[in-house]
Amino acid sequence: MIITTKDLTKKFGNLTAVNKLNLEIEEGEIFGLLGPNGAGKTTTISMLCTLLKPTSGAAKVNGFDIATQPSKVRSSIGIVFQEPSVDDLLTGRENLEMHAMLYKIPREIRKKRIDEVISLVGLEDRADDITRVYSGGMRRRLELARGLMHHPKVLFLDEPTLGLDPQTREHIWSYIKKLSEENETTMVLTTHYMEEADMLCDRIAIMDAGEIVVLDNSANLKKKVGGDIVLLKMDEPNLERIRKLSFVTEAEMKDGTVQIKIKDVSKNLQKLLCKVGEIHSVEVRQVSLNDVFIHYTGKEIRSGEEEGGFWERVAHAEVNR
Amino acid sequence: MIDGDAIYAVWLREVKVYLRERERVISSFVSPILWLLVFGSGLGASVSLQGVSYQTFIYPGVLVMSLLFTSIFYGIYIIWDRKLDFLKEVLVAPVSRTSIFVGKMLGGCTDVMMQSLILLILGLFIGIPITPLVFVYSLLILLLTSFAMVSLGLVIGSNLKNQEAFNLVINFLIWPLFFFSGALFPVSNLPSWLSALTYIDPVTYGVDALRGAILGAQSQAFPVYVDLSVLIIFSLVMMWLGTISFGNMQQSK
Ligand SMILES: Nc1ncnc2c1ncn2[C@@H]1O[C@H](COP(=O)(O)OP(=O)(O)OP(=O)(O)O)[C@@H](O)[C@H]1O
Ligand SMILES: [Mg+2]
Repeated sequence: MIITTKDLTKKFGNLTAVNKLNLEIEEGEIFGLLGPNGAGKTTTISMLCTLLKPTSGAAKVNGFDIATQPSKVRSSIGIVFQEPSVDDLLTGRENLEMHAMLYKIPREIRKKRIDEVISLVGLEDRADDITRVYSGGMRRRLELARGLMHHPKVLFLDEPTLGLDPQTREHIWSYIKKLSEENETTMVLTTHYMEEADMLCDRIAIMDAGEIVVLDNSANLKKKVGGDIVLLKMDEPNLERIRKLSFVTEAEMKDGTVQIKIKDVSKNLQKLLCKVGEIHSVEVRQVSLNDVFIHYTGKEIRSGEEEGGFWERVAHAEVNR
Repeated sequence: MIDGDAIYAVWLREVKVYLRERERVISSFVSPILWLLVFGSGLGASVSLQGVSYQTFIYPGVLVMSLLFTSIFYGIYIIWDRKLDFLKEVLVAPVSRTSIFVGKMLGGCTDVMMQSLILLILGLFIGIPITPLVFVYSLLILLLTSFAMVSLGLVIGSNLKNQEAFNLVINFLIWPLFFFSGALFPVSNLPSWLSALTYIDPVTYGVDALRGAILGAQSQAFPVYVDLSVLIIFSLVMMWLGTISFGNMQQSK
């Protein structure tokens, strides 16, 4: 296990951002941390990379305790922050040079390494411009280049492809895969793009309100949520009757189509179609990670309410400034 | 603990940024020049102190004043670095917080010294008696004072939670440090409450030493060794507090 946490907890005032987290991450895996806004993903990562002290509990990264051996932890990790963190008074290349010096990349390979990551993210033409004039996506690319540059043992990627165009995203994905295969880099990745998590992650944890709700690989997660989804377009559907069928687990109207969750499509589709009557069209969709996510974290957009009442929020705003 | 590469990396960044921010550099000269020309020659037309014109008298004080402002602003500026999360990138690197502090401090001192150098040269043009020896001696005193003040600024900056506190620092720290330092008046023969305040103001000793260097020993209120010892001790205490503050610094968002 390259990362283990034991009852890792972080409280901000009386808001518990991360609640008794127990995680084990294996060496070399790409581990996905999903969850709605405010679930505690970034807070977890901040604690693991020693930027935030836990309120209680403990964690080890690469065998080193985050509380008692922070500098050893820091030399084992790399991170791409969720929030912008390039120095916008320096050029792109200068940002990378500074990083290379801080991470003690030997002088002989510094230039080669820098050129390599610059071309990976396609910033060759703009590398010598002040980053203040970069577009948002270009800055993101620079941050990625910087995080990948020193080939850490553990790499934390907090929404790494946020705001990137599809080409760049694909590029980054294949590089992440390559890095994980060739260098055995362990990665902890958070993202709100389900297809990204599905494609990259060996295991996925879904987090909500500071706790892990479920943890497994993507295939198993989908199996757990169960069934496939049949979409029917028809006039006057009789939902009650459909729900009564033994192999149907859920049925509802959505945007003019009937969505039916069904066990074992290959066997039961025919039966279903016989029972529902006349239809205009049918479509079968497999459960996606998106469905899994919604299943475990609910449909509603979270308001601030559940994080405490008005005064808690005022207090929170004070801390947050 | 101390790591040359990291210190160099942090220092280099500060110097590059300083040289690039022309507006900031130029504006840092505006107020000392105004003080010297307007206040110095305005009041100086009718006043002379310790046998020299008022302009000459306040020259060391104005040098230290501009050093004080630049140093503390520089230190407090790290609130913005933290806000922009740029500092996070440095704090998460495998280098000791002590090295980051030292790099930051040396970077600030370099900025301050470039500015002081130009103000010293300017002094030659307005008739301040600066010989080559005085020039070098003054630079050394200014360097020591900048160690103290930049470290103080960094200690404050790394402990402040938000930018709103910035104004508090200016009004309740920088201005008092300046006014009670005797930059504008001789510190001997003051009413006792005022002289008590000047004694506890570390800037007093920088002004006093510099005045001694430029205007001669008779203008000093304290012996040189007292001035220098106070500055050295104050710098060491601030550096020590600075390393501790940097060590405790967490992300601020
Ligand atoms: N410095 C802080 N002070 C107070 N509360 C904080 C602080 N940082 C985070 N929080 C709170 O902790 C909770 C978890 O935040 P966190 O940033 O970890 O969420 P996240 O899962 O990364 O969300 P997102 O997907 O939006 O990035 C939120 O309710 C947030 O408001
Ligand atoms: Mg986050």
